[in-house]
Amino acid sequence: MEKLEFPRVGERMYHQKLENGLNVFVFPKPEYQKGYAFFATNYGGMDMRFCLDGQWHDTPAGVAHYLEHKMFDTKDGNALQQLAANGASPNAFTGNAITGYYFESTEKFEENLKILLSFVSTPYFTQESVDKEQGIIGQEIRMYEDDPDWEVYINLMAALYKTHPVRENVAGSVESISHITADTLYACHKAFYDPANMVLCVAGRVEPEQVCALAREILPKTPGPIAQKDYGQREQPRVFRELTEKEMAVSTPMFQLGYKGDPVQGGEERMRQELVGELALEALLGNSSPLYAKLYRQGLINQSFSYGYESFPGCAFLCAGGESKDPEAVRLAVAEEAARIGREGIDGKLWQRLKKGLYGNKVRALNSFETLCVGQAQAFFAGTDYLRFADLFTAITKEEAEALIADWIVRERTALSIVRPMGGVV
Amino acid sequence: MSQITRRELFPGVWLRAVHTEKFKSAYLSVTLLTPLAEETAGQNALIPWVLRRGTAVHPDMESLSAALDELYGGAIEPVVRKKGETQCLGFIASFLDDAYTLGGEPILESAAALLGELLLNPYTQDGAFCPDYTQGEKDNLLDRIRGQVNDKRVYAVHRLTSLMCGEEAFGVDKLGDEDHVRVVTPVSLWARYQQLLHTAAVEVYYCGSASPERVEAALRAALERLPVSGEREMPECQVRLHAETEPRVIEEAMDVTQGKLAIGLRTGGVTCWEEEYPALVMCNAVFGGTTLSKLFLNVREKLSLCYYASSMLEKMKGLMLVSSGVEFEKYKTARDEILAQLQAVRRGEIADWELEGARRTLIGGHLATLDDQGRQEEFWLGQAAAGLDTTVEELCAQFEAVTREQVAQAARKLEVDTIYFLKGKEA
Repeated sequence: MEKLEFPRVGERMYHQKLENGLNVFVFPKPEYQKGYAFFATNYGGMDMRFCLDGQWHDTPAGVAHYLEHKMFDTKDGNALQQLAANGASPNAFTGNAITGYYFESTEKFEENLKILLSFVSTPYFTQESVDKEQGIIGQEIRMYEDDPDWEVYINLMAALYKTHPVRENVAGSVESISHITADTLYACHKAFYDPANMVLCVAGRVEPEQVCALAREILPKTPGPIAQKDYGQREQPRVFRELTEKEMAVSTPMFQLGYKGDPVQGGEERMRQELVGELALEALLGNSSPLYAKLYRQGLINQSFSYGYESFPGCAFLCAGGESKDPEAVRLAVAEEAARIGREGIDGKLWQRLKKGLYGNKVRALNSFETLCVGQAQAFFAGTDYLRFADLFTAITKEEAEALIADWIVRERTALSIVRPMGGVV
Repeated sequence: MSQITRRELFPGVWLRAVHTEKFKSAYLSVTLLTPLAEETAGQNALIPWVLRRGTAVHPDMESLSAALDELYGGAIEPVVRKKGETQCLGFIASFLDDAYTLGGEPILESAAALLGELLLNPYTQDGAFCPDYTQGEKDNLLDRIRGQVNDKRVYAVHRLTSLMCGEEAFGVDKLGDEDHVRVVTPVSLWARYQQLLHTAAVEVYYCGSASPERVEAALRAALERLPVSGEREMPECQVRLHAETEPRVIEEAMDVTQGKLAIGLRTGGVTCWEEEYPALVMCNAVFGGTTLSKLFLNVREKLSLCYYASSMLEKMKGLMLVSSGVEFEKYKTARDEILAQLQAVRRGEIADWELEGARRTLIGGHLATLDDQGRQEEFWLGQAAAGLDTTVEELCAQFEAVTREQVAQAARKLEVDTIYFLKGKEA
């Protein structure tokens, strides 16, 4: 196996590409009790339109998430219960561009890993079992509909983007999922759950070679064809809608501000843009920026305020949000601060501090096996290695962050999503 | 392997130190433990937030943030928790471990000092808290209290406990209530703060690579300003043994698309201090604590009634709380099924795979606590509030020994006290 050392952050990663095309990454952690395995496919909620074996498929919104639910069904019952019976805590999630299955366990790690590899690679559903899931997922969708944090975010996506499928709800709607059949699920599994389109990331008290041996034993021996995805036409920099509002049973208005960016192709450029984006946010409105202190003092934001850079194939954006009595005032204040930075630049001392702070935060986050494994899976699909950030980070300049602020924090790229209290009160 | 020590820094001020080199960060917390009471809960909950605004040395958020950035993006967060009928307030801090600083400089001493400064050397005006900070954080706290309604899943369980324990200290929310927060002044808050510093039991926690001796020295220095006091006593927790004869049923309506069902049960006096406690924990796991539980497999998977149905314990108070999100029309079906599953546990209808699965999940979950600094801190604070010294490993050994009959016995002691249903407005 290939061994990669990241001495600065005290990490070591083993890598092997198997004969069937699966990429395996292992982070040995002999001092931990638990092991964590993350098995993921480069396929998520936004991959609705794809071509396999020369044929185009248009699938309903929510199908990747539906498939995730149904993958746990096995010929002998349910893998979730099988893993739980071994003391593992299993779960899965569907993102815009990734579907991941994982478990954490302190006992019987190898046996659990076999179960994970087996159920994710073996589709088993009947029309009856697919129909039955409508009830559970329907209730999950209802739960999100009552969740203001989720609503304010998904409404922002639909305001930022006009056609890109990232604007769709990952879980779909009660209506869209009603069109899902066993055949749809089989087609999507065939298109995207081939080992060559997947990664396996493992951290814990494990032997890297042993992980590869188990993957070879359980998974198909040779790679199959991988579907070609279509996200429609490239988005313009201008947002689809500048403002979107909804009323819900909440106590104070909640908001998400979004700034539509220019997506870059995969590889290190993309990771670099992410780091520049994160530093730009820290300088513009982060916890130790002058603007944050001012907005907090004025009562325009509170401790719920958070922010981040996000990117998926074909899109990249900055967002910031939380609760506010006056979300419009926050939007204006951010625009003014961006203009000020445009004139005066980012303060040199502040920049040095922010870099030190963000670096420490990123290293601390590596305590989490989930951060390591999910981070590596996503970075790999995007064409790089997660732990490369430590080397890239130091080279990032203030001018790069200033340029990103100047380009992205402008009116035509800004969208504001607000969830207001129903009828003004709860 | 990690080494765990506990020592008294000052009278009534205890340090729990976990020495381990496996993490990239050092974790520190300082917590004041005080009885949960309607009159003081709001004031208490406000104090860490006002303290976090500024100190005598770093008088505002900008200078505090700058100090934290210099410590490699360290975080010090105000935190208010409830353990049984004890209100726990203080700060949780996380810093880069000394081994990973770019220049190899030590961070622990500076971090501990900043934490001590936040707790004990606040920014003041005219001998009390600064009016601006007090007002700002009062507004934020009022928002947080009102904001509890935003997450309906948490809100339903929260409503259930406040209705069910309306006459008990446990029914008081950890954040207090709006009326008591509204009347707080910088001067009254200052008086409360001084009182807390003299009477609250203090728990200090550290997890990281520094030796216990170095940690003790750093924290002794950091907490030097803490008043010497012989009055620090750990709060107690009253346990009601039985439910009302007839379960109370309470329905409320709100603009929601999904109903929330919450059921509160009394454990018949079984709490973390009783011998039957491990059996009760196993009982909760079998009934609704895992994805292998009867609630998950029957209410969700078999009948597709909901996306989630689970149960949890309040170990000091002797409560079990069931929570589920269901369609309005299916509320009665879900309730009946939940209670039917409880009956099955009471009759000992627990298959081998259910019992062993619950045991493995429970033990696996507990052991994994040792791999997470935050979860370990939470565990040890819970133990401190309960006055217990049992380790994670010892608890696991107890779970190994629980039998099917003991689980059924624990279930037979459970009594349904209150059923709460949050429904839609048009329903």
